[in-house]
Amino acid sequence: MELKEEAIVLNEKDNVATALVDLEPGSSVKIDAGGKLLTVKLTSRIPFGHKFSLARIEAGAPVIKYGEAIGNATALIGAGDYVHVHNVVSTRGSAGTEGGA
Amino acid sequence: MSFLGYPRADGSVGVRNYVGVISTVGCANDVAPWIAQQIRGTAPFLHQAGCGQLLPDLEITTRTLAAVGQNPNLAGVLLVSLGCEGTDVERIEKEIAATGRPVKKVVIQKAGATVALGEGLLIAQALVSEASQIKPQEFDDSHLVVGVKCGGSDTTSGLASNPAAGAVCDIVLDHGGTCIFGETTEFLGAEHILARRAVSKKVADKIFKIVDDLERRVRASGGDMRGGNPSAGNIAGGLTTIEEKSLGAIAKGGTRTIQDVYNYGERVKGKGLFIVDSPGREPEFLTALAAAGAQIGLFSTGLGVPQGFPFMPIIKITGNPVTFQRLPDHIDMLVEMTAGKGAGLKESGEKIYQEVLAVASGKQTKAEILGYGNFPGIYTLGPIV
Repeated sequence: MELKEEAIVLNEKDNVATALVDLEPGSSVKIDAGGKLLTVKLTSRIPFGHKFSLARIEAGAPVIKYGEAIGNATALIGAGDYVHVHNVVSTRGSAGTEGGA
Repeated sequence: MSFLGYPRADGSVGVRNYVGVISTVGCANDVAPWIAQQIRGTAPFLHQAGCGQLLPDLEITTRTLAAVGQNPNLAGVLLVSLGCEGTDVERIEKEIAATGRPVKKVVIQKAGATVALGEGLLIAQALVSEASQIKPQEFDDSHLVVGVKCGGSDTTSGLASNPAAGAVCDIVLDHGGTCIFGETTEFLGAEHILARRAVSKKVADKIFKIVDDLERRVRASGGDMRGGNPSAGNIAGGLTTIEEKSLGAIAKGGTRTIQDVYNYGERVKGKGLFIVDSPGREPEFLTALAAAGAQIGLFSTGLGVPQGFPFMPIIKITGNPVTFQRLPDHIDMLVEMTAGKGAGLKESGEKIYQEVLAVASGKQTKAEILGYGNFPGIYTLGPIV
């Protein structure tokens, strides 16, 4: 049995990972990103099913999951930062849904 | 690879060999199951449509019932009619008969339900006798037609069971078979990504059009699907944008080229990956799959759903181990949470594909054994009048 993975990267193009368990701030998470082993130090708590950044994402740059843009960063996101409605905006939602409806 | 199936006169291959007892209107919903309960080898198809509908909806009802009656898993069909319904029963009979299947009819208003029941029992018995003489043969797996669906979704759906279902689709297609998916509501926000996978600009435009049409209908009813998505519950679960939610949903359709887009209730022609314009709700969507010609449904779920279908086996997969333990009577397979990527994904896809072949060859799904799924539906656009 291999080590139980704590987070999953669904596509090698992704710049975010999804937590498979609740992850604590300050913890170092080892992630298999398309065969590439990454270690990311988390800056905040990441609940199960929520996302964190694998690397720095500039404000305005796309956040990528499933190999596709799921929205743009509204502020600079550092490696290991929590990525959610507070720092990502949809480019396909209707007007006025910034931050999620 | 191959499976055991039933050859049909129209060139399709059934994975089951039922006689369908199809209600042509909601008013016949009592007689059809009376017949189906007594005559082994039959499967009832019930719904609430066929009367008090506007013409566009009656057209949907008629074409859907005609297509359902042509599903490869049906060896013959007994139509149970009231007599005065808005459904075009004659057209349904003609279109089913054109595929070489025997099709018969009983009409309640002729002499009452009890007489229709008596006639129906005798007819169904004869049809089952005829069907039972069709021997299963070995067919290569390019004859598979698999429908894909997700429902009762949770966080694990987008991470594990939907990508795994998508991996199965890719295998089916790479082996020369056919996959069908839909649930247009779930394309919202990711339609541009699906459109990039269309075989032509014409097909890409169709994908944009079915999403536009859906949004227009929702707005006309006072709703706003795009603005309301992701929901508060989705956000609490970790979904950030509508793109992310929809990408997780459409992952179940795999990664291959989309050959065409069909209307609800139409039979898919040709091989490859197809979209059927359809709602996500189970009763109506599973009917769309059956009408499109799917032999088997692959159903990805997180929270766990019970639905099957009267004559189309539905294989349930989940990435949620708690659901798998909690619902042993409904869920067929557990997909590992880390299945959504790389080697794990391929492995999960292969494992589920083996189950698809086994079910095609006769292995019963949980929903089939339980007899769950006797209340399908037919999609309506307009009001009931």
